[in-house]
Amino acid sequence: MTMHQISHHLTDSLLMAYAADALPEAFSLTVATHISMCDECRARLGAFESLGGAVLERSEAVAMAEDSLSATLARIRGGAPVRDRPAPPRKARGVLPAPLRDYVGGDLDAVRWRPIGMGVKQAILPTSREASARLLYIPAGAAVPDHGHRGTELTLVLQGAFVDETDRFGPGDIEVADEDMHHMPVADIGDDCICLAATDAPLRFRGMIPRLAQPFLRI
Amino acid sequence: MLTETHTAPRLRAAPPSQPAGLRAMSRADKRKGATGSVDAKHRMTRETDTWVACMIAVRDTRDEAAFARLFEHFAPRVKAFLMRSGADATLAEECAQETMVTLWHKAHLFDPARASVATWIFTIARNRRIDALRRQKRPEPEDLPWGPEPEPNQADALALQQESEHLGEALAALPEKQRVLIEKAYFGDLTHSEIAAETGLPLGTIKSRIRLALDRLRHAMK
Repeated sequence: MTMHQISHHLTDSLLMAYAADALPEAFSLTVATHISMCDECRARLGAFESLGGAVLERSEAVAMAEDSLSATLARIRGGAPVRDRPAPPRKARGVLPAPLRDYVGGDLDAVRWRPIGMGVKQAILPTSREASARLLYIPAGAAVPDHGHRGTELTLVLQGAFVDETDRFGPGDIEVADEDMHHMPVADIGDDCICLAATDAPLRFRGMIPRLAQPFLRI
Repeated sequence: MLTETHTAPRLRAAPPSQPAGLRAMSRADKRKGATGSVDAKHRMTRETDTWVACMIAVRDTRDEAAFARLFEHFAPRVKAFLMRSGADATLAEECAQETMVTLWHKAHLFDPARASVATWIFTIARNRRIDALRRQKRPEPEDLPWGPEPEPNQADALALQQESEHLGEALAALPEKQRVLIEKAYFGDLTHSEIAAETGLPLGTIKSRIRLALDRLRHAMK
């Protein structure tokens, strides 16, 4: 489905954590969205799920209740067959892959953008609080102000491209940035850039004192 | 002359999207992995063979005896998996039964060219765990745009089942400290920062052990 050759992929540890269901929702969403665009990482996820299968296969058995099998067979016979949820009608391809459309409630035109200055807009997506996910809209040639990270930040390009100190990131590319990294992504001049960014940084405090304390306490 | 080039059976390259090749665990190896897996020098061992046959009997003929065999082997392991993940025995029992009910009802989705029976059950149990333990949502990737796979390919299925078995052996052969960490990760005993956050020195040991484990598994899968 991609026209662009993806060159920045998910790390092993993110794929494994996603296979093991150990990621906060905002990260799972970002991983699922990248995989929707990237056949290579889809195949790698298959391998990490196989590792899950191998762990399950090797795990020590715990005795089932005495009537367990007959109870299960009774549930099978008694229950209405679970029908697959009908696949949602495949819409004409938009910019947003399916996992993201579920959170936005539609494609790009359904995003409720809020300006955050310098022409940059964002839309925060509803996920669990452990990490946050937002869509970022960066006008062509504009910069997102220099920001350091607490924790990990994933940035997935959905449209356009951005460039930072490390490299150029085009559609489908994902940047995995750690807390030591300070970067100033600049949208490519050719097109406005739309990204999905997820971070597990702690929420910022509004009050002055906690904010001052934050860097020292590393909360 | 021309015919000679055709005497060797043409190995079918897996489409890049196929989540089958375990060798895909290693990005660099993916390309050669895609074509090199069909040699029949390893024979599928009886056990893997049995589970696939049972699944197909459940899928195609709704065979309850085959289901019972799968249940006997996998349900106690699913229960253990759920208990390790924090469910009490009652909830884990309930949830393991549900996993097996789902296996019955969704048997038509099982494809031996894509997953071993253990892997397929793992993915079902993972979803049951989310519901049972009220964990946070886990968005799934979009299905491939070109729809269902063509007719399952015997050679692909054989190769995948062999590789799965091989992976199980490689996991068992890991140094204990590494193996335990991999198991903990899948049982939900490690937080995402312990596995995945690209940060923090105190976590270094866990992460580097997992990395070593993955390197070894990858090496074994070559």
